[in-house]
Amino acid sequence: MKKARVLPVLGNLAVLAAGLAVLFGLPAFAETYLIINSTIFAAFAILALSLALIWGYAGILCFGQAAFFGLGGYVYAVTAINMGDTTVPAVLAVLLPALFAGMLGYFMFWGRISDVYLGVITLTVSLIFFRFINQTAGEQWNIGDAPLGGFNGIPATPILNWPGRPGDQLAPENIFSLAVGLLIIVYFCCKILLATRFGRIIVAIRENETRAELLGYDVRLYKLAIFMIGGAMAGLSGLLFANSVFVSPTMFSLPVSGQIIIWIIIGGLGTLIGPVIGCILMQILTNYLGTLSQVKGFGWVDPNLVLGVLLVIFVLLVPKGLTALVADGWRWLASLATRPRAAAEPAARERTSNP
Amino acid sequence: MTATALLETKGLTMRFGGVVAVDHVDFTLQEVELRCVIGPNGAGKSTFFKCLTGQLRPTGGEVLFRGAPVGRIGTHAIARLGVGIKTQVPNVFDGLTARDNVWTAATKVAPGRIAERRTDEAMERVGIAGIADRIVGQLAHGQRQLVELAMVIAPEPDLILLDEPAAGMTDEEVDRLVDLIAELNQRHALVVVEHDMQFIRRIAKTVTVFHQGAVLIEGNVADILTNDQVRDVYLGKQAA
Repeated sequence: MKKARVLPVLGNLAVLAAGLAVLFGLPAFAETYLIINSTIFAAFAILALSLALIWGYAGILCFGQAAFFGLGGYVYAVTAINMGDTTVPAVLAVLLPALFAGMLGYFMFWGRISDVYLGVITLTVSLIFFRFINQTAGEQWNIGDAPLGGFNGIPATPILNWPGRPGDQLAPENIFSLAVGLLIIVYFCCKILLATRFGRIIVAIRENETRAELLGYDVRLYKLAIFMIGGAMAGLSGLLFANSVFVSPTMFSLPVSGQIIIWIIIGGLGTLIGPVIGCILMQILTNYLGTLSQVKGFGWVDPNLVLGVLLVIFVLLVPKGLTALVADGWRWLASLATRPRAAAEPAARERTSNP
Repeated sequence: MTATALLETKGLTMRFGGVVAVDHVDFTLQEVELRCVIGPNGAGKSTFFKCLTGQLRPTGGEVLFRGAPVGRIGTHAIARLGVGIKTQVPNVFDGLTARDNVWTAATKVAPGRIAERRTDEAMERVGIAGIADRIVGQLAHGQRQLVELAMVIAPEPDLILLDEPAAGMTDEEVDRLVDLIAELNQRHALVVVEHDMQFIRRIAKTVTVFHQGAVLIEGNVADILTNDQVRDVYLGKQAA
């Protein structure tokens, strides 16, 4: 009982320490290239968290998280070009995807769309965005001063400025600190959210929707709320991505939607830290394979192929993901360590109480 | 002037294609009444329950809760009026602990500390305090039934519907269930669907017999269990 309370606290402290170490340690020695790359990782990690929350905890398999991600980026880019100052656009980049998720969610949850169709609808929505933005080349697609730019995207995506000081842009190091800082904040906000009454009811609804309704919970409202929170997080991720690269239609593309799901499966569905780790590992791997394929003799290495094979291996052999693998391994080691020394009885009790 | 019944159905009918699962059922339950519903497999008892809780939308007739029709409001809204149901196949939160299951029920109607207290009380009454930290998906069928029962009573609903509550329980658990039903009946109205005649004998006052979707007969438990017509239905003969 005591052990069960101490472990999560230790886990949280470890995550916080690791996060702070990256936040303050990395800029001390890393070059700008690594800083920018890490900013992208942090942005994607928030995207991974958004789906980890709504799929892993609310049981809503949204296949189109990229729609909110891209929307966040584009809303920011277009409003920032038009307004000059970026503070309001940054807020809109979170708010509008949340509202859009609310609208989409209303139709899906009130229409009682079941799991598979929900996946299909969300994926379709993101692909509609993709196709639409792709063909917005030309002046007729300017929104105010902002050209949507078709498949080229908006290379002139403005960088965030310090609030209230238009033109005073954040340096890449600042964007990095912002992204990693927000990742840490978002991570712990998710943790706290899941510990609240709302969060616990969300998990109960995932476990058994019928029972939740029979107890008097309006399941649709709860799902809508968590879906909107996920949309807001994906929008935030899009905002940060727009500030480390620039916005382009690929943000809405199928590979982005698919990638998020791969991160979660590899990291561990139903956890928060798993998808973050899965996301960062997969990004590092993709980058490495991308560089490798440039090297002579390794031209046949296709990052997508390797990712696909990895996904299949994980689905077949490690369906619970890396976090469960590490936890099981740890428990196995612990049982090896305690078995010879401790008396047989307490060891047996220990094992039955922690199945 | 007669008091409004707690629950009343008028001509309640549920069709699935050509099958009439519930056929013009008129059913009345007073406040704090205990009613047992029996009938052979496929008599429409569970479908009847599903119509009462809004899980199925009746094709005809109406359901009145304290005189107000509830046919068009959602399952969750009916539950909020004070209807709790233990379904035939246990509907529990498999991935959560027994305590979290019951807490989820209690916190719907009571805030903070009070919800915690009601959770503990409900688990104590049902006798599952000892398995509070176990994951419900790993429990035996009878224990899962008890967890669901604790979830039903924790919010203290005015009307408790129990669909085959004794299934899969040990003798000891059944004994406790019998006591519990008697105790609950002091303050709550109950409708209990059960197959086990021994069990019915121990708890019943008034019994309603379902047959082929319709109410065959209704009356005192002693009369019903000695009724020839009822015996024929259970033994599979054509009802007279």
